[in-house]
Amino acid sequence: MSLLDHLPILPVAIPALAAPLALLAMRRRRALAVGIAVLSCLVQLGLALVLMARVSGGAILAYALGDWPAPFGIVLVADRLAALMLVLTSVLALIALVHALVTGADRKGWHFHPLFQFQLMGLNGAFLTGDLFNLFVFFEVLLIASYGLMLHGQGPARLKAGVQYVVVNLVGSALFLIALGMLYALTGTLNMADMGLRVAAVPAADQGMLRIAALLLTSVFAIKAALVPLHLWLPRTYAVSTPAVAALFAILTKVGVYSLIRVVPQVFGEGAGAAAWVPAPWLYPAALASAVVGFAGVFVARSLSEQAAYAVIGSTATLLVAVAGWSAQTLGAGLYYLAHSTLAGAALFLVADVAARRRGSFGDAAIAGPAFPGRGMVALMFMAAAIAATGLPPLSGFIGKLLILMSVTTQPDWGWAWGVILGTTLIGVIGFARTGSAVFWKVGEGAGAPPAPPSRADMIAPALALALLAALSVGAGAASDYTKAAAAQVLDPAQTAAAVLVERAP
Amino acid sequence: MSYEFLVASAIGVLVAGGIYLALRARTFQVVLGLTLISHAVNLFLFASGRLELGRPPIWDKTVSEYTDPLPQALVLTAIVITFGMTAFVVILSLRSFLETGSDHVDGDTVPCDAQDGLAEDEEP
Repeated sequence: MSLLDHLPILPVAIPALAAPLALLAMRRRRALAVGIAVLSCLVQLGLALVLMARVSGGAILAYALGDWPAPFGIVLVADRLAALMLVLTSVLALIALVHALVTGADRKGWHFHPLFQFQLMGLNGAFLTGDLFNLFVFFEVLLIASYGLMLHGQGPARLKAGVQYVVVNLVGSALFLIALGMLYALTGTLNMADMGLRVAAVPAADQGMLRIAALLLTSVFAIKAALVPLHLWLPRTYAVSTPAVAALFAILTKVGVYSLIRVVPQVFGEGAGAAAWVPAPWLYPAALASAVVGFAGVFVARSLSEQAAYAVIGSTATLLVAVAGWSAQTLGAGLYYLAHSTLAGAALFLVADVAARRRGSFGDAAIAGPAFPGRGMVALMFMAAAIAATGLPPLSGFIGKLLILMSVTTQPDWGWAWGVILGTTLIGVIGFARTGSAVFWKVGEGAGAPPAPPSRADMIAPALALALLAALSVGAGAASDYTKAAAAQVLDPAQTAAAVLVERAP
Repeated sequence: MSYEFLVASAIGVLVAGGIYLALRARTFQVVLGLTLISHAVNLFLFASGRLELGRPPIWDKTVSEYTDPLPQALVLTAIVITFGMTAFVVILSLRSFLETGSDHVDGDTVPCDAQDGLAEDEEP
């Protein structure tokens, strides 16, 4: 076996090694720990790109951990979708890490870098695994790291929001385990591909249980994706997190969306008999409601970071409107929008931090403050991020929303999707214009002299995110071709099953 | 039959109590509720491999009937994870209580002194 055969495990193994090394180096030689963290992120980006190149032709790489054959051992499955998520994670991680280093956010506590690496390990693992229980374990890994990262910097507001965040996710984990227990009892397997083949054979008397399990699993993923009515944990948590961490968290909601995209077609797809597409009818109205709630939050938000948090809810919901169509066109458009909305959400959090650092005691509150130096530049970046988040041309949000609008016309009830997406775009534009003019245009009375501005280096990370959004819209043709192919692959579970459940010679 | 009924009703009682406590307003009760729920979940997972009495999970020369070993491994993983999470949430709610002076899950305004004298359910 050459090293390339072990490619799928490396995105999990590298942060798992980097985290303890960074932890050991942290106390004595901080620079070394930072170096390890940066190197690990760069290597992960390289690995993700290599993996993407290897699977972009349509190959599905299955990696049996410990060489135990598929339905019995745990497999990692790398296909187009997994590679896309890995690339997105590593790019976002680099941006967040750069921002944390430049603003010194990583010095506010001892364990930023180890936690950051464990977070990446959980994310990469969740995107690669082909086993439902293993998905649960990686969820827990990324969650416990996210608890630590969310509390990074401490303070009463974070602790308060942290308790809610942790409690909600513990309940979510309990529901996940109940769903897993039911599915295992019914099908006798935990491998997703194998389970997909076996659900059709579940006896008629147990169909009710199967449907309950499917809906429980969907609810768990909906908690992660912050779908209405399970979204209440998100705004407060994200708004009080350290901005670099909040930028990384932009992908946490996408983990929920990813799990839905992975599990529903694979396990509860066409071949599932009476349980086929059980979650589908619930997902569409929930996604529409979430889009409305999210952009209404953008409209009324009291601070830039709160606004960014609601924008994350809104854009994840817009993405789920596309996903709820469960066809190759809508899912392909949705995946393109997924990449966009992750970066746009991160850009919003980072720009909010850049503004807050220059406004002294005003922070990022959406009220008129001092006319700080470099205001024009920050305002321009905020405008670009807002354009991306709402989906105006020329950035990739426009293309993403256009693709979604065009693709949903093949669905029944597509009028609702058009109405909600276009309406929420308008509300979002007004909301961002309101906060933008308050923060970057008006000068508050009694604002006094602004504090000495920090170095301009903190604009690097948001500029990087915006540049990637621009690149995503320039390369929209290639990117949307890739996402369409990824969607077609996900919606054909037989392909994955064939790749995962190979008969092995003894 | 009675064995299944016993386990099922035990899980049901645990979940009911857990949900009731998890919906309370103070962190200590919520933590207890989460612990009860996780106990119930562990029992449930254990039962997902069918309830068999007196059968070994691993190979034995003298036995021909086995019980499913996988749920036991799953439960072990789940126990370890929930144990760690519970320890974490206990510390977190303690820190939150010490820093904010209130052990309300979402009330920023309720001081802790008001807790004992008044009825527990009186919300501000």
